[in-house]
Amino acid sequence: MDINPILILAALMVASTPILLAAIGELVVERAGVLNLGVEGMMIVGAVCGFIAGHNSGSMFMGFTGAALAGAAVSLIFAVLTQYLLTNQVATGLGLTMFGLGLSSLIGQSAVGTTDLSLPKLPIPLLSDIPFIGPILFQHDAIVYLSIGIVAGVWYFLSRTRAGLILRAVGENHGAAHALGYHVRLVRVGAIVFGGACAGLAGAYISLVRVPQWIDGITAGAGWIALAIVVFASWKPWRLIAGAYLFGGVTVLQLNLQADGTLALLDLIIIVVAALTIGYAIYRAIKTARFDVRDNIVPLSIIGIAALYALLRLLGMETIPVEYLSMLPYLATIAVLVGLRSGGAAASLGKTFHPSS
Amino acid sequence: MLKLEKRPQPSKFWTYAAPLLAVVITIVLGMGLFAFLGNDPILSIKTIFWDPVFGEFAYMDRPEVIKKAAPLILIAIGLSFGFRAGIWNIGAEGQYIIGAICGAGVALAFYPTEARWLIFPLMIIAGLLGGLLWALIPAILRVYFKTNEILVSLMLVYVAEVLIKAFSIGLLRNPDGFGMPGSRNLRQYASAANNEVIAGTGMHWGAITAVFAVIVAYILFTRHQFGFNVRLAGQSPRAAGFAGVNANRLVMRCLLLSGALAGVAGMFEVSGPAGQIMGSFPSFYGFTAIIVAFLGRLHPIGILLAGLLMALTYIGGETAELTLNLPSAAILTFQGMLLFSLLAVDVLTNYRFKFAGAEVR
Repeated sequence: MDINPILILAALMVASTPILLAAIGELVVERAGVLNLGVEGMMIVGAVCGFIAGHNSGSMFMGFTGAALAGAAVSLIFAVLTQYLLTNQVATGLGLTMFGLGLSSLIGQSAVGTTDLSLPKLPIPLLSDIPFIGPILFQHDAIVYLSIGIVAGVWYFLSRTRAGLILRAVGENHGAAHALGYHVRLVRVGAIVFGGACAGLAGAYISLVRVPQWIDGITAGAGWIALAIVVFASWKPWRLIAGAYLFGGVTVLQLNLQADGTLALLDLIIIVVAALTIGYAIYRAIKTARFDVRDNIVPLSIIGIAALYALLRLLGMETIPVEYLSMLPYLATIAVLVGLRSGGAAASLGKTFHPSS
Repeated sequence: MLKLEKRPQPSKFWTYAAPLLAVVITIVLGMGLFAFLGNDPILSIKTIFWDPVFGEFAYMDRPEVIKKAAPLILIAIGLSFGFRAGIWNIGAEGQYIIGAICGAGVALAFYPTEARWLIFPLMIIAGLLGGLLWALIPAILRVYFKTNEILVSLMLVYVAEVLIKAFSIGLLRNPDGFGMPGSRNLRQYASAANNEVIAGTGMHWGAITAVFAVIVAYILFTRHQFGFNVRLAGQSPRAAGFAGVNANRLVMRCLLLSGALAGVAGMFEVSGPAGQIMGSFPSFYGFTAIIVAFLGRLHPIGILLAGLLMALTYIGGETAELTLNLPSAAILTFQGMLLFSLLAVDVLTNYRFKFAGAEVR
């Protein structure tokens, strides 16, 4: 089977969109100093509500609106519990995920079957005619553009507006923000609800566009990957796009490898990654004039894995069982979390705020 | 206006009353949910909470409750150490699966040799080591690379789920199974079966281990330096640092302890109630145990009671599914609501509500 790089890269953008949407919502929540681990739960409630709303109304717009509202409504539970009843954010977030998984499968019992709705592609005039880049970047549906638009909007909001500054102040030091007269809880509730709406949209994109069908547990950990990407991006909106597309890339790669059956594509990617890694390690060693094993553990392990892979290939390995390939996105998440020990989390992240303390 | 005021000390009364109030609130909310789904709310609640213990067929249900509670209690006891110290092992489900794979793997390697005195203990050790090794990954990454243990342990759950599916159709598949997925049934292999120690009570080896774990955890928390360090680190990490508590060592110990207990729980489950390695083996126990740990207020005795209560909702939920046609997802929702109301009423322990007028300050 031939693999068309343009199609793969275009598919990559579609595969990354739900993760990107969920992640940009969570980024705002975390910049406001709240750790909401319920992304997966909000996403899946959004997925089922979006599917039902879209299916029953026959309109994609209603589907996505319903999903955003449902995600926001579920996140409101989290907001009230953590902000007004001062519950532990980690435990409440986990509870939200469990509750969301149960609730979605309860709501979704009647929602079987596929939808015949489809989101029209909106090629951007002129830009979409550019060879190679055009079909990859500028021939997508509205939600793909919307996700990038939201990232741009969040970047502008956080770094260029007064309201964004207040939100960041609340996240960095809620005591000081309170003393200055800002409504810490209100800001946080707003951020949480925004995160919920984004997660709802992300879920609906999976159930209405990517699959498009309602299946129990359809999000399959995408919400958790979104959480990991926020860490990967060190809480900066633009880096989120790189992170999300990297993971979309791993997912698409895995699906293509499963369909393809040969390892030619993987060979190429591993050679490129190994070459880049070796180059990076040498560059760093020259620049810092020393080589510390502990600082280079990630490059070394990548090179080690590549060497192991090369050995297996030389010994005559022709395929990788499908099951093992589906681990790739999760293992890649762990690798990225280890590789980027980046700081930048809001100083009050995860801490409970009460005006008296 | 209603205001929250911090109590000078946590309320003794609400420490014990809060979980009970949470259960009551959940029952009321659950009745609303069941009524909304078109079931008789009183009958649903009675089927879930009353019948398995006191109903007509309770003699059949009671052992099942114990069997369900055993893994929940074992895992939750392990988690309670980390949770008290602010170390969040969310991937107990993964450690539970790997423990089951390792335990079953040892048993299947010996098949069909009969030597219970050797094989069963070896399986326990294998299960323990399996869970421990799976927890070692987030532990090492957290200690040496400052990686978030929540995300790493959770990602490993998905990896473990893939692994058990692969093993059930690959390495561990029953060679006499006519190509069906799933390993040999360990319950039919006398040397590896996790039988009831006292027939008809549901007290299998896992349940006995769970009771043992509760006692050991109680002693650790109240009488041992380790339990003290855990509580200290949870309440004030800085103070713990000054008192000479090695934070990294604490992370390691808490994660490995919870991993080992989850692994053992998985091994007891696969050799007992589940019987075989299957793609459908993962049963969400690792996540439910988180609710159990919180419901039990991270206290060993509380966890014992909470585990039994949660097992009751499982068994009662299954009965309700059969007799009342209540969807199984309703029970998951119900458990989520239980965790919510539990966390919410916790506010009463540390704060009190106060009516405050428009006061000038």
